[in-house]
Amino acid sequence: MLLAIVAITMLFPFFWVVSTSLKFDAEIFSWPPVWIPSSLTLQQYVTCLQTANFTLYLFNSAFVTIMRTVFTVAVASLAGYAFARLHFRGRDLLFLAVLATLMIPFQAVLIPLFLLVKWIPLAGGNDLFGRGGIGWIDSYWGLIVPGVANAFDIFLFRQFFITVPQELEDAARIDGASDFGIFWRIMLPLSAAPTVVVIIFTFQSCWNEFLWPLVVIQSSKMRTVQLGLAQFAQQRLVDWGPLMAGAVVASLPVILIFLIMQRHFIQAVSTTGIKA
Amino acid sequence: MKRRQGLVAFFFLLPGIGLLIIFLLVPSIVVFYFSFTKYSVIEAPKWIGFLNFKELLLEDSIFKIATFNTAYYTLGTVPLTIVIGLILAVIVNAKIKFRTFFRVAFYLPVVTSIIAVSVIWMWLYNPTYGLLNYFLQKLSLPTQDWLFDVKLVMPSIILMSVWQRVGYIMILYLAGLQNIPDQLYGAAKIDGANKLNSFWYITLPLLKPITLFVFIITVIGAFQVFSQIYVMTGGGPASATTTIVHQLYVNAFRYFSMGYASAITVLLFLIIFSLSVLSFKFFGGRES
Repeated sequence: MLLAIVAITMLFPFFWVVSTSLKFDAEIFSWPPVWIPSSLTLQQYVTCLQTANFTLYLFNSAFVTIMRTVFTVAVASLAGYAFARLHFRGRDLLFLAVLATLMIPFQAVLIPLFLLVKWIPLAGGNDLFGRGGIGWIDSYWGLIVPGVANAFDIFLFRQFFITVPQELEDAARIDGASDFGIFWRIMLPLSAAPTVVVIIFTFQSCWNEFLWPLVVIQSSKMRTVQLGLAQFAQQRLVDWGPLMAGAVVASLPVILIFLIMQRHFIQAVSTTGIKA
Repeated sequence: MKRRQGLVAFFFLLPGIGLLIIFLLVPSIVVFYFSFTKYSVIEAPKWIGFLNFKELLLEDSIFKIATFNTAYYTLGTVPLTIVIGLILAVIVNAKIKFRTFFRVAFYLPVVTSIIAVSVIWMWLYNPTYGLLNYFLQKLSLPTQDWLFDVKLVMPSIILMSVWQRVGYIMILYLAGLQNIPDQLYGAAKIDGANKLNSFWYITLPLLKPITLFVFIITVIGAFQVFSQIYVMTGGGPASATTTIVHQLYVNAFRYFSMGYASAITVLLFLIIFSLSVLSFKFFGGRES
């Protein structure tokens, strides 16, 4: 009984946003409120996607998120593999240094990062020394690249690669495989588990990212869906219908992935404890 | 088969470490330099020593308000999130029907983007058509202006933020609860302990390490609050919800006082960094 009340309270805002987004304006603004729309309409979604340009924002978000995820998996698996399986001097110390970067909050680098991205050489009208243009400001690169590498994902891959039996590697080496060959043909195909976790987390954090896009994006055609939603909320405070539709489309992709992969999600959060 | 693989390792690590150095390490050091300068992006940075910090700590009345608000938000969200998160964890750890459903339901707000969450709650808080006022009316209570009321705006933001985060804390506690062997409770039952006793004398003490970890990350998260403030109130009304990070953003990207904003960053950085060192120590300890 108590549980039911708690669950209803927790889920209620979701119910209400979906309900509102499927109503005609007359029922959105009726008092007392109408719980279930008497006739369903997609009108709010049409307004949101077409008039408010959310189709474009969704595309931007999807592109940036997919690119970021691909790069992250590539970069983190390579580094994680090196820390787990390759022998070189200073390995453990370097790994510790990488882990230490987890303590740097994103806000701490926001300002220098913005300037750095502005000064990227030979991009956005910049010369070789990063002057004269806007660099990666207001571009996909600016949204994608700075967030690609992070210690958490490297850590996850390392923890996995450490557990792979040495015999597999030895056998491949006897067969004449190169270091990269072992990584590419033996290790990577085995690493579905950490890859799924990294994809889930990267997708979630990139799709939901707000502060960085807010800073780096200036033109309306480059907005991500979160940015578009925030701007829409501030400019059109009376358009509650399309706004609710926008909230639904801005959160639906991650929610769907979560519902499909909830076992992985919850397990990953409870075993690693960080980044959510 | 131990052999040096320095060169191979170099190429494996180059993208990851290179990006970390360029986009994280270097900026986190450079920000300290900027904090001692006056810098408007258009002109080159000018060294002014501790002037930014002096102004920030002694003269800037808005920053004082922002610090107070951040503390308010932290004191409001942290205990509530932890206590409710723990209660939810205990509930969904019990052998109840549809256990997975409840876990998923309580975690759902965590994966929902903070912007969407903010927009949804703005609708719930709407003074004219919002459901919260409808419920108040039903209970014959006076309706409220929520986000437009100087006194009520911060509690409103806190309520929404707690709703969004409790699921995360729940999952962390759930992992801890599942590690407690059932025999302990069995033994306590034989000794005549009731459920509340066993919770108080067995569960809570055993969850202590997790509570410490949860406490630190929740505090760190609270100090970083920004998005919901930006979207829902813009720091208002009358600066009632402006926070440290909000001031950082406003100074850097609205006034383009990069040096001054960097000084704010440095203060925030020092607070969060020391908290992180604590949590890192703990996390490192848990791993081994």
